[in-house]
Amino acid sequence: MTSPHHGAHALGSPGGRETAGAGPAGDPAPPPSTDTGMTDAGVTDTGVTDAVHEVEVEAEDRPPAAGTTSNLVIAVVVLAFGVAAFAGSWALGAGTAQRPAAGTFPLLVSGVLVLLGLGLLAGVRRTSDAERFTAGSWQVLAGLATMVVFVALISVIGFEIPAALLAFVWLRVLGHESWRLSIITSLAVVVAFYLLFVAALSVPIPHLF
Amino acid sequence: MDLAPVIDGFGVVLEPTNLLYCLFGVVIGMLIGVLPGLGPAATIAILLPLTIGVEPVTAIIMLAGIFYGAQYGGTITSVLLRLPGEASSVVTVFDGHALARQGKAGTALGIAAIGSFVGGTVSIVALSLVAPLVAGFALDFGPPEYTALALLGILLVSTVSSGDRLKAVIAACVGLLLATVGRDGFTSAERFTFDNLQLADGLDFVPIAMGLFGLGEILYNLEERHRKVQAPAAVANVWPSRTDLRQSSGAIGRGSVIGFVLGILPGGGAVLSSLAAYAVEKRRAKDPSRFGQGAVEGVAAPETANNAAATSSFIPLLTLGIPANATMAVIFGALLIQGVSPGPQLVTQEPELFWGVINSMYIGNILLLIMSIPLVGLFVRILRVRATVLAPITVLITLVGVYTVNNSVFDIGLVIVFGVLGYLMKKLGFDPGPLVLAFVLGSLLEDSLRRSLLIFEGDATGFFTRPISGTLLVVFLVVALLPLVRGALARRRNRSDDRTDTTTPKELV
Repeated sequence: MTSPHHGAHALGSPGGRETAGAGPAGDPAPPPSTDTGMTDAGVTDTGVTDAVHEVEVEAEDRPPAAGTTSNLVIAVVVLAFGVAAFAGSWALGAGTAQRPAAGTFPLLVSGVLVLLGLGLLAGVRRTSDAERFTAGSWQVLAGLATMVVFVALISVIGFEIPAALLAFVWLRVLGHESWRLSIITSLAVVVAFYLLFVAALSVPIPHLF
Repeated sequence: MDLAPVIDGFGVVLEPTNLLYCLFGVVIGMLIGVLPGLGPAATIAILLPLTIGVEPVTAIIMLAGIFYGAQYGGTITSVLLRLPGEASSVVTVFDGHALARQGKAGTALGIAAIGSFVGGTVSIVALSLVAPLVAGFALDFGPPEYTALALLGILLVSTVSSGDRLKAVIAACVGLLLATVGRDGFTSAERFTFDNLQLADGLDFVPIAMGLFGLGEILYNLEERHRKVQAPAAVANVWPSRTDLRQSSGAIGRGSVIGFVLGILPGGGAVLSSLAAYAVEKRRAKDPSRFGQGAVEGVAAPETANNAAATSSFIPLLTLGIPANATMAVIFGALLIQGVSPGPQLVTQEPELFWGVINSMYIGNILLLIMSIPLVGLFVRILRVRATVLAPITVLITLVGVYTVNNSVFDIGLVIVFGVLGYLMKKLGFDPGPLVLAFVLGSLLEDSLRRSLLIFEGDATGFFTRPISGTLLVVFLVVALLPLVRGALARRRNRSDDRTDTTTPKELV
């Protein structure tokens, strides 16, 4: 859970509805698809739609849009995934309409995916809803690294040390909390987890003590 | 209508365990509504492991409580900080925050709570009446109808997500492909398992939902977009005056209806209905200029509507087995884990579950009303908890939680992989919602498609000879092809016009 100022993030969250279309702040030419949900639903009141858009952009503070190259890479990755899935399904046996085989359904879906990938490729210049990777993206990589360490070590030395390490890195390095708070919180969290999962619920999670 | 099962349902709700889980659910929902960052789908996904080993009805009572509780909580930050805690509270910002600046934050919160309560309750009553009818109607649905219904559901959810529509459909296709991983139910051929034993039984729903919604969200929030946090406005006197109540009673009534109706539609849900309700009030108002300056109706209408919609979006799930939005997809997954497959037979085969969950919403709404009027100050104080402290705790809950489901370290790895995918998808403009929804519906869709093809002996036109599947598929085709046709028309117009004005691209979709 993040602090209030990331708020808007919640907009795009799980339902995932608003953010993607909200587009980066100051985007001069909104992509054709912006605001579809609302207009389609009959909320044609542009006043409201624009105002909503404004609140989102303001609360969101999204990084600038990705360039054409990134969009090209995205389209190619989607296309490659579609082609690979298509080939894989073909190998499973395409079957016929009378006698569908194991590969029939994935074949149909990956066929559609290839077409959609081509559509994405065709519109590479017009999309602007991908974000650029910024300096802040390194933080994500650091956060990810702590999780990878966690999963790699848990079978070897139990969850306590990797969990404390993860919490400490997130607090001190990523969160810029004070040394004292970082150390106390990460230890407290591990103790709480130990008491809850090992002592109270006896979950067979690998543990050191 | 047979009332006995309905009354038995109340018996289920009043069992102490269920009451406790209901309270737990709505408090959590309220909290995550107040704390921006994680939405209801993410929270429900992260808490999925909690539901293992609990009775199905208890589990769903809690998860439902999180969902509608979040609608109440989202209001608080919208009003006090001008930062919507949930997507469905975005419109509340306009008049809610304007009222707060006039020192009437309490009025806004009070009206929102009352509106939410009324909207929720009206919606539960309507749900109790409508759901059994829909379920009865759907009892004769065969594989062709389910094929059409699943296709339409997935497409509508992808279309309404307001990101790039193409990308949303791509996400849905990926979800369908992920659902095919594992042993094929018909031929028992291994599909896309890459000879990995862990994949032979297919991908588990829990790591996918927890990764895409939960971890993906947390990782995305790690990228710093720090801004000064405002101090929340002081809240005094949450009891709205008689004038305020009279002024907003119409808005609350209309909001309930709009919310209920839009909530049922796939992809509709809380966000859309709050927008629609606000727009309707603004258009109906004698003096529309008041809106945005602190009109009470501007708070009452969307808050009522989003609660009504949150409740009514249970109808497609509980009666057809088709989730209407991302959060419902997660609850659908939770039911499947419990060994309950939601569908038209649920009302008759599991009346305790069906009515237990529905009736728990009455209790939940009363609890929420109590929490959001007298206890609002407590929740405002929670805004001071720092995100940097919460984030690592949430991550550890996710990683340890996913382990507890199958006691498998492989699942921890899986949740991290899907966390990265979720982060990249958000970053690159793909909505993870359709992916999860399509994943959940994937095996149903494939199953019914193959069964239908066998019924029709390979003749795909057979789908159009049955009235219900035919109608649904025609709607499907219209929704799928309309943007293409309109796009082509607009492009031709652009070419002849040469110069485009700003309105054209908007109409394009």
